[in-house]
Amino acid sequence: MADSRDTILARIRSGLGRGPLPASASAALDARPTHTRIAFDDDLVERFVARFCSRAGTVGRIASLSDVPAAVEAYREAHALPGRAAVARPLADLPWPAGLVRHEGPAGKDELLSVTACLAAIAETGSILLASGPDSPTTLNFVPDHHVVVLQANQLVPDFEAAWTRLRALPGGMPRTANIVSGPSRTGDVGLTLQLGAHGPRSVHVLLVGGDG
Amino acid sequence: MQVDSPNFKAKADAALADPHLREALGKTRIMFVNKRAELAAALPEFERLRDEARDRKNHILAHLDHYLERFDEAVTRAGGQVHWCADAAEARQVILDICQRVGAKSITKGKSMVSEEIGLNDALEAEGYRVLETDLGEYIIQLAHEPPSHIIAPAAHKTREQVADLFHAAHGGERKTSVAELVTEARLVLRDEYFKADVGITGGNFLVAETGSTVIVTNEGNGDLTQILARVHIVTSGIERIVPTLEDVSLFLRILARSATGQETETYTTFSTGPRRPGDPDGPEEFHVVLVDNGRSGMLGGPFQDMLRCIRCGACMNHCPVYGAVGGHAYGWVYPGPMGAVLTPLFAGLDVTTDLPNACTLNGRCQSVCPVRIPLPELLRELRHQQHQRNLRPPAERRALAAWRFVAERPRLYQFTNRLAARAIKGLAGDTGRLHSLPFAEGWTAFRDLPAPEGRTFLELWQARHPGAR
Ligand code: SF4
Repeated sequence: MADSRDTILARIRSGLGRGPLPASASAALDARPTHTRIAFDDDLVERFVARFCSRAGTVGRIASLSDVPAAVEAYREAHALPGRAAVARPLADLPWPAGLVRHEGPAGKDELLSVTACLAAIAETGSILLASGPDSPTTLNFVPDHHVVVLQANQLVPDFEAAWTRLRALPGGMPRTANIVSGPSRTGDVGLTLQLGAHGPRSVHVLLVGGDG
Repeated sequence: MQVDSPNFKAKADAALADPHLREALGKTRIMFVNKRAELAAALPEFERLRDEARDRKNHILAHLDHYLERFDEAVTRAGGQVHWCADAAEARQVILDICQRVGAKSITKGKSMVSEEIGLNDALEAEGYRVLETDLGEYIIQLAHEPPSHIIAPAAHKTREQVADLFHAAHGGERKTSVAELVTEARLVLRDEYFKADVGITGGNFLVAETGSTVIVTNEGNGDLTQILARVHIVTSGIERIVPTLEDVSLFLRILARSATGQETETYTTFSTGPRRPGDPDGPEEFHVVLVDNGRSGMLGGPFQDMLRCIRCGACMNHCPVYGAVGGHAYGWVYPGPMGAVLTPLFAGLDVTTDLPNACTLNGRCQSVCPVRIPLPELLRELRHQQHQRNLRPPAERRALAAWRFVAERPRLYQFTNRLAARAIKGLAGDTGRLHSLPFAEGWTAFRDLPAPEGRTFLELWQARHPGAR
């Protein structure tokens, strides 16, 4: 509503006691500020693993990408999951066992297990960064009970600021959805008691590839 | 939502007598207060980040028009649409129009305090839409037909047993009682709803001017399922939630979770930018941001501008002894605790909220934990001042203050009455040194004794100990 836009802008300016800002002010206002970042000297891999696991996430270390299918099969067996998974397209060419029924599309309502890649991981908080795109449906990050994320050690960045750099470098800039995931879903809403598995995945397992594991 | 603040005293009395509420409030404090203290102490940069956050918010507010226009451009560039809404009625209408145009039947909602503020659910339901809250706390209070009592834990006032009763009545079947069973039951019920929904509505913790993204910070994942599985994603947010760049998101993320729930980070931080892109296999087809002013712009440039820095973390209420005693509902509107005691009079009018600025001991704990350093006690004092100026205080209080002022402006008279009072009260108390009741202050002595002065005033003692000094 054009009218309300004008009304609100006029009210803001009258409250601030000035007219519209000159166009010449824009560049300075839009410049990226440098705020204080969290200082730490831990090893990125160690810090990521410690923080991610502190919130009930789990991490498995593997040597190379070709180890992913076996690690997923082991996870599936440990959690008694049926032989079916949504496996995102970037991982489709790995040597998957014939017995595992796979699909690359968005998650269906009864999806139990998804396996996805990610864009980066943030050591500061121990979090995964996932970006939506044709090969990366966001539903895979939220609908299944179990989310397995494949993270390559060189995707680890120290902090949020470095993660923004990765997002900005994507071919289309900001994707429709960027998710920072720091562990399994949880809630404190019933009797103020922490409970995992509220609406999103009950368990998030990172397969960390490489990084001197 | 209707404002029901004139009944603060009655509701506070009822709250004090409610054993379930006492149990629930006790837990809120343990859960949030200790964890925040631990995390604040563990981060050497924390106080510096709070200073920076305060200063950055002040900068944003001083250039709010610029950043809002930038945000609008960026959302449009990403294929979404910004709807500027001057007040609550306009915001409701914009959302109703979208729902009607897309032929919506079922609407899911992630937690949004602005949607509570504008009374969205009632408006949607009146038009025949099925509206389902998906945040577990919001879902619980929706079943109970109650407003939220805390801005980040809306059902903080409900015990597990009460939730068990609500779920049993709503879902049927066997009555579940463990937290794990109750959460699973809600998970399964709501799962179907996400897939059925036509429109998904969420709030926005931050609106990023640089990218046109809206950001939500959550623990459950319901806000994500709400927005990716519906055909249309609508974000409701206040105009003051804008931040210029992604770098500013980092700044506020570093203080938000620590202050709110005492976590280093919440489980999910999600950036939503426009509708799904060509080739995207999921995500909403439309993206709308409903930008709500509803009185906020009127606070700019005035004595309450600082309040617009609020990032809705809830720390002030977690640390407030009054909130901790009476809970959120007594405040009578969407925003409780210290921030609500400031905001509600500004939104609803001083005349219908006279008790709120006075339901405060001015102990200052809220200000000491507020991540953006809002001087809440000062703002409450200013509201009291304005109430007094506008003759909104009871006549007896006004007369008493006038009498006190008359005496206080006359030092000799002041010292004389003080001496008189000190001796009289000591006499009344007798050997016990305590008073069980005091004329004109029965309300105070009803719950505790007044320790009696020992017979001489401070000034007399001072002069006796420092002869010759002034
Ligand atoms: S006033 Fe400060 S402490 Fe209270 S909710 Fe707002 S930001 Fe948090």
